[in-house]
Amino acid sequence: MNRNRGHIQPWIALVGLIALFAMPLDSADPARLLVREGPAGWALVAVMAAAIIAAIRARRSLVAAGLLALAAHGGAAMAIGLLPSLAGHAGSGFWALVLTSWLLAWALVTELSEWPRRPGLPGLVLSLLIPFLFGLWLLILWQIVVVVFEVPFVLIPPPSAIGTRIASSLPILAADFRQTFLKAVVAGYAIGCGSGFLVAILVDRVSFLKRGLLPIGNLVSALPIVGIAPIMVMWFGFDWPSKAAVVVVSTFFPMLVNTVTGLSASQPISRDLMRTYASTYWQTLFKLRLPEAMPFVFNALKINSTLALIAAIVAEFFGTPIVGMGFRISTEVGRMNIDMVWAEIAVAALAGSAFYGVVALAERAATFWHPSFRT
Amino acid sequence: MTGEGTSGKKSESPAIAIAGLSLVFNTNDGPVQALSDIDLEVKRGEFVSFIGPSGCGKTTLLRVIADLEQPTGGSITVNGVSPEEARLARAYGYVFQAAALYPWRTIARNIALPLEIMGLTRADREKRVADNLALVDLAGFERKYPWQLSGGMQQRASIARALAVEPELLLMDEPFGALDEIVRDHLNEKLLRLWDRTQKTVVFVTHSIPEAVFLSTKIVVMSPRPGRVTDIIECGFPRHRSLDIRETPEFLAIAARVRAGLRAGHSYED
Amino acid sequence: MTALAATPHPLPAKPKGKLVPVLVVTLALIALWYVGAYFMNATLARDAFLRAKKEPTASELLLATYAMDRPLLPAPHQIVAEIWKSTALTPVTSKKSLVYHSWITLSATLAGFLSGALLGLILAAAIVHVPSLDRSLMPWVIASQTIPIVAIAPMIVVVGYNLMNGQMGFSTDTSRFIAKALISTYLSFFPITVGLVKGLRSPDTILVDLMRTYSANRWQTFWKLRMPAALPFLFASMQVAIAISLVGAIVGELPTGASAGIGARLLAGSYYGQTVQIWSALIAASVLAALLVWMVSLGGTAVVKRMGLAR
Repeated sequence: MNRNRGHIQPWIALVGLIALFAMPLDSADPARLLVREGPAGWALVAVMAAAIIAAIRARRSLVAAGLLALAAHGGAAMAIGLLPSLAGHAGSGFWALVLTSWLLAWALVTELSEWPRRPGLPGLVLSLLIPFLFGLWLLILWQIVVVVFEVPFVLIPPPSAIGTRIASSLPILAADFRQTFLKAVVAGYAIGCGSGFLVAILVDRVSFLKRGLLPIGNLVSALPIVGIAPIMVMWFGFDWPSKAAVVVVSTFFPMLVNTVTGLSASQPISRDLMRTYASTYWQTLFKLRLPEAMPFVFNALKINSTLALIAAIVAEFFGTPIVGMGFRISTEVGRMNIDMVWAEIAVAALAGSAFYGVVALAERAATFWHPSFRT
Repeated sequence: MTGEGTSGKKSESPAIAIAGLSLVFNTNDGPVQALSDIDLEVKRGEFVSFIGPSGCGKTTLLRVIADLEQPTGGSITVNGVSPEEARLARAYGYVFQAAALYPWRTIARNIALPLEIMGLTRADREKRVADNLALVDLAGFERKYPWQLSGGMQQRASIARALAVEPELLLMDEPFGALDEIVRDHLNEKLLRLWDRTQKTVVFVTHSIPEAVFLSTKIVVMSPRPGRVTDIIECGFPRHRSLDIRETPEFLAIAARVRAGLRAGHSYED
Repeated sequence: MTALAATPHPLPAKPKGKLVPVLVVTLALIALWYVGAYFMNATLARDAFLRAKKEPTASELLLATYAMDRPLLPAPHQIVAEIWKSTALTPVTSKKSLVYHSWITLSATLAGFLSGALLGLILAAAIVHVPSLDRSLMPWVIASQTIPIVAIAPMIVVVGYNLMNGQMGFSTDTSRFIAKALISTYLSFFPITVGLVKGLRSPDTILVDLMRTYSANRWQTFWKLRMPAALPFLFASMQVAIAISLVGAIVGELPTGASAGIGARLLAGSYYGQTVQIWSALIAASVLAALLVWMVSLGGTAVVKRMGLAR
């Protein structure tokens, strides 16, 4: 990207900054201006001005990025600090403040995106920082909009309320996590993936079974398997084994199909090579075909890590003892405790991405040789 | 291949004896005569090249020798036994067009692969890997992965892998086909010195006339539709030869004869 | 490479088909099902005979396990009979018709899928063209693939339903429909975005450079190069998306106490222990899923064939 034209965000931010001097923060009190909010107000205006100048003049500099970060988040902190006194009657000056801060944050993200991608730790930090900023501003704007417009709590609670709820309900969240994740998901995932893998090796030996089972496996992979939850509850009871059973069925077929595909992924030339060594079936399996199948197996493991959690949570919508993430979500929705639902969703999201992350790291370690990972 | 009796028979029999060999593929478009009535004898210690245009069956013939294809007619022995027995006895090393190194194994472990399959002890494996890596000038690259090496180095590693089996017979299918001219010349010289030192029998598939003439003691000219042998040319160059001989009149004469053979056998029906 | 080496292995006279193995495996699975049904229902059936103070013979017991009202595992023919009864023998407008319930779920699935695909297309085009979006938004889209998004389904259904029905004045059915379609939209747009971004980026540098030599503008490059190149990716991700879209619609029918739809049938069946009803709803969902995925893949094959990418 060698575009030389400047960005427009700092210029709009400049307009916003000028507006801050004239527009009131509080629509009920026209005299309330940012610059009358004491030294913090003045300091913020000064930093913002410096950041805007830095953003317009100096490109790709650490100083500009630092000033932008300071100004944007200082503005956000100021806006959130003012929130309680302004709920329901925020003035044009307040919106100018929010808009200016947001534009500065946007300028910061644009600035950071244009930095060259570097290898190693700095590159990693940068590639995490940019989406982090995006997520952070999503939360900041969510908080401000929900509080200022006094959105009903049952509709969307502000992030701060969800955070408080998480902090105050840690034991419940931990118990739900244990029930759903540590018991149902882990057991079901291990059994489902393990049996899918073993059956695939078996099926691979018998060409007739392979041709018969593979199309069926492909079909089943696309079916809404979570629907078997009520049946599993009937068979295995209300506690976690019935959820684990749903997880087993959901994860079995993707693993079967992927492993069978992976086992035939080896190149004819590699198989000929093994043949010239007069290698046995098992030697070829362990030294050539299984290593070659690993990228496919890990693909299934990754798909299944998400599927397993979905299956366990949805299965709990059909009936559980009074613990579990799916149970909590469906009951607290019924009681209109939406903040608790969000807290549980946050835990589910965290658990899901951590699970996926662990599998992805294992994949990196096991298939480092694959073209997609070579450095 | 154990016991005095068989080894006595081994030394008498030619490395490869082929008589009236033919091979028909059943393809979707009907049967294709890949090899037709091939007669050929390769003596021990010879360096034989198969040369011919695409589709002449030179690779197929090599694959028949290696028991990777089954002939549909005629007879063939390798070291006096059937190709399958020779394969099960690990009597030959095969070098493919591509290096076919496993990307998840280091160079050293790639070379150890056939040795693991043969069930050698760890100490034996390590010794053979070190010896053969030195032979192809790759000492010091044991811990590298194949994809960290250049194409020429990869192909050298694959030759070391074939040699590690310590076969008397080396089957090479256009091993340098994908390399550039300079690397190819260099490896040709190396291969020749290796053949001179180890006294192995080499069967070499190529479509390069200078390569065939430079390397071989015997050149088998083949032509397509059906795949057949049109000429067998003996070259009497000294065992110690350098790339310079390519400028000599003898070399050019043989090259001209090979080219004439290729042209005569070529059908212009398409 | 010689021409013959391209087909190195002698081919058998006839290529091996898939139909016979699939049929045999399916029949074997059905046979296994009957065996399983006997063993799972035997205890229940024996209890029933005990209550009737009757000692059943082996064949009576066997037949009884295949004809129970609420078996643990219904026999396949019971499910077929139930499906026949609730589709062919029941008017489509009736609340007992499986066709009616399937349609309720299908309509939400399709509405959600289409809006999800549209949203995904717009987002993918934006991500490909705006670098800061690529680096700030794309990681979230990818990360969202790893989290169980269906967890929010109950909340969208309940909150959305209350909002639309209570405050916006939509009718009950419309509100439910929109809520379910929203979940399907949400679930299907992530895979489509990821697949499309990958597809739009798939053309080789050399092809992009070619467009540059023509001094084609972004719009031309997008429609003449990137979009055609992305189509196979789009159809692959649409297959995933439509399957997950159906799951979303079914899950969306669970929490509101909805009385119509496949999810509602499943829930009602599980409340009253009507296993035959659960299984027939499940089969209906499976048929629906298979049809949807098949139709998308058919479209994909047609498009790919027309572009000459398939052999």
